[in-house]
Amino acid sequence: MSNWIGAHLWLILAVPLAGSLVILSLTNSRRTAAAALAIVGQVLAFVLSLGAFLPTLQAPGYRVFTNFTWFTFGEQTLRLGFLLDPLTAVMLVMITLVSLCIFVFSVGYMASDKNFTRFFAYLSFFSAAMLGVVLANSLLLLFVCWELVGLASYLLIGFWIKRPSAAAAAKKAFIITRIGDLGFFLGMLWLYGQSGTLLFYDGGNGALESHGLLSLGASATFIALLLFCGAVGKSGQFPLHVWLPDAMEGPTPVSALIHAATMVAAGIFLVARVYPLFSLGAIAGVTPSLTVVVWIGVVTALISALIALAQWDIKRILAYSTVSQLGLMMVSLGVGGVVAGIMHLLAHGFFKALLFLGSGSVIHGCHEEQDIRKMGGLRGRMPVTFLTYAIGMMALSGVPLFFSGAWTKEEILHATLQWPVSRAPHFLMLAGVVLTALYMTRQMIYVFFGHPRGSAEHAHESPPVMTAPLIVLAVCVIAFSVMLTPAWPWLFRYLAGATASFAFSQLIQPGLFIALALVVLGIALGVLIYRRPGELDPMEQSLPALFRFLQHGMWLDELYDRTVLAFARGAARTSDWLDRYFWDGLVRGFGALGSSLGSFTKGFDERAINAGANDAAAAARDLGGLISRRHSGQIQTYLGVVAVGMLALLLLYAWLT
Amino acid sequence: MNPTLQLFLIISAALFCIGLLAALSRRHAIFILIGIEMMLAAAGLNFIAFWRFAPQPAPPTGVMVTVFAIAIAAAEAAVGLALVITVYRHYRTTNVDQIDQLKG
Repeated sequence: MSNWIGAHLWLILAVPLAGSLVILSLTNSRRTAAAALAIVGQVLAFVLSLGAFLPTLQAPGYRVFTNFTWFTFGEQTLRLGFLLDPLTAVMLVMITLVSLCIFVFSVGYMASDKNFTRFFAYLSFFSAAMLGVVLANSLLLLFVCWELVGLASYLLIGFWIKRPSAAAAAKKAFIITRIGDLGFFLGMLWLYGQSGTLLFYDGGNGALESHGLLSLGASATFIALLLFCGAVGKSGQFPLHVWLPDAMEGPTPVSALIHAATMVAAGIFLVARVYPLFSLGAIAGVTPSLTVVVWIGVVTALISALIALAQWDIKRILAYSTVSQLGLMMVSLGVGGVVAGIMHLLAHGFFKALLFLGSGSVIHGCHEEQDIRKMGGLRGRMPVTFLTYAIGMMALSGVPLFFSGAWTKEEILHATLQWPVSRAPHFLMLAGVVLTALYMTRQMIYVFFGHPRGSAEHAHESPPVMTAPLIVLAVCVIAFSVMLTPAWPWLFRYLAGATASFAFSQLIQPGLFIALALVVLGIALGVLIYRRPGELDPMEQSLPALFRFLQHGMWLDELYDRTVLAFARGAARTSDWLDRYFWDGLVRGFGALGSSLGSFTKGFDERAINAGANDAAAAARDLGGLISRRHSGQIQTYLGVVAVGMLALLLLYAWLT
Repeated sequence: MNPTLQLFLIISAALFCIGLLAALSRRHAIFILIGIEMMLAAAGLNFIAFWRFAPQPAPPTGVMVTVFAIAIAAAEAAVGLALVITVYRHYRTTNVDQIDQLKG
C-alpha cells in the first residue's frame, strides 16, 4: 500500500480535477449530479490522502518522490515530480477534510443559486490545484498549480459576476497576487540558472539538497527573497494584503475554503517547503532573508489585528483576522519555528473554516445581512451556530487546553522568544494575542448577545446540511488540540522528523500562563468595552479619527490609488497625448503636405488629362458598383471567402503536383 | 498505440477546423478571438510535432518557434480584447453582424 500510493501520488489531485471537468460539462439543471460528483471526488481524495498519510508515520523523516521528464530541450532536461513527506501529508489531510466540510456546507448555502453546477466545478478545480501545490516536487510544478489556484480564486471571488463590486474584487485579487508572482517567477528562473534544477529532492541532486544548495552560494538570499514576494502576494502579507478583505465579495464557502483555510496558506507552505534556501548560511538560525520574513510578518500581524477592531462587516473582520494570523505564521517561520508555524497553519485551517462557515450560517439566517450592527441576540435563535462559532472563536483567541489555537500560538511565542536578533517580535506578538481576543469578543457580542437589531429579529437556524459541517469542524478543532499538547508532542516531532514520547510534566509550561493571562485580559477588555452593543462603536465615540483610520484599512487602498495607480494613469495619459498630438501631428503634417501637392496637380489634371479619363472612369465605376454589392461589411463573410480561397489554392497546388 | 506524426497532424487539423468554424460562425467577437487562438494553437502543435518526429537530435527550432508564437499570441490576444472593448464602447454591441461599417 505504502509503495503504491507513493508511486501514484498524482491520483490525489487527478480525482477532483476529473470531477471538475465532468461537472463543467453538465447542464445547469443537473444540480444533484454536480454536488454528488464534487463530494464523491473529495471523499476519494480524502481517503487517498489518508492512505498517503499512514505510511509517513512509519519512520521519522519519511520521504518518497517520483520524478519524470517533462521535456528535453537541447542540453536541458526539465523534470517534474511529486513528493510525499510529513509536511505534504498533513497538508493533504487538512485540505481534503476542510474542503469536504465546505463542499457539504455549500450544498445548503448555494441551494437557491442558479449557477449551482458551475460553483461546484470551480470548487473541485480549486481543490485539485491546491493539492497539486502541496504534492509538487518541483518548483515549476508548484508554480503552475499556484497559478491555477489563483485562477480558481479569481473565478470564485467573481462568482456573482453581475455584481460590479465582485468583478472588481476578483480583478484586484488577481492583479495584486500577480505582482508577487512576478517575484516568484524571477526567483524560479534565477534558481534554475544557478543550480540547473527545479526539483526539490532528487536523490542528492535536488535544489534543496546539499549539491543544489552548494551551487547557490550568496545568491540564495536573493532567490529566497524573490520567492518570498510570491508568498507575500498569495498569503496576504503587508504591503500586498489589500486584496484579501475585498475577496470577501465571493460566496461565503469560498471565503472559508480559499481565503481562510487553504489557498492563503500556500504562501506559508511555500516558505516552509523551500526553507533550506532561506536558512542557507545561517548564523545561529538568522539570515537576512529570514529577518525580512519576520518583520513583514510582525507588521502584517499587528496592523491587520488593529484594522479588524474597526470593521462592521462580519466577513471582513474574519478576513483581517486571517491576514493577522498569516502574519503570525510568517513570524514563526522567520524565527526558525517552522514546525510551530505549520502546526498553526493546520489548526488555523480548521478553526478559520469553522468561523467562516459559521458566519455564512449567520448571514444566511439573517437574510444575507453582513453588518454586525444589524445582528445581535442570535444566541437563542441559532444555538448550533452559536456554540460552534464560540468554539472557533476560543480557538482563534487562544483559550488554552481544549482549543487547538492556544497550543500552536504558545509554540510560536516560545519560538519568537528564542530569536537572537531582537525581543521586539515576541512582545509585539503578545500584543497581537490581546488584540485577537479583543476583536473576536467584540464580534461575538455584536452578533450573538444583546437584543436583536434589524434583520436579526427574523433570524432562523440553518438547515442540517449546513450545521452538520459546522459540528464536524468544531469536533476537529477540539480533537486536533489533543495532538498539539506539549505533553504528547507527536505532531511536532513528526513534522520535525523525530519520534515522540508522552510526558505529562510538559503540559504545564510558564509560557502557557502568560498566554492565558493575555487571552483573559483581551476577552475581559472586550466584554468591558463592548458590553452595550449599538449603532456606535465605543471606540468610534471616544477616538473617532483613529476609528475612521482603521475602518478604512489605514487608507492603504487610497494610498496605492494616489501613488501606484496615479502613476499608471499618468503614464497612460502621457502616451495618449503623444499618440493624439505628436504622432497624429506627424501624420497630419504629411497628410497636409500630400493634399497641397494634390491640389497643385489637380488643376493640371482637370484641364489636361480629364477629358479622356472620364470615360474610363465611368466604366470603372460601373464595375465597382457591381463588385461593391459583394462588400456586405460582414467580417465573417470575408473570412469565409479567404478560407475557401485558401482551400481552392491548396487543391490547385495538389492537382498541379 | 504509439503516437505517430499522422495522429498529431490529424489532431492539429481538427483543432484548426474547429477554430475556423468558431471564427466563421460565432457572432460574439470574443468567441471569434477564441477561434483564432485555437487556429494558432493548431499551428503551434504542427511545429512541435514536426520537430518531435524529425531525426533526433534535431536543433530545437520547432519549440523555439512555438514559444515565440505563444508569446506573440498573448500580445495579440491583449490587442484583440482591447479592440473588442473599444468596439463595444462605440457600438454598444459585440455582435459582429451589427458591425458593418466596412460595407461598400
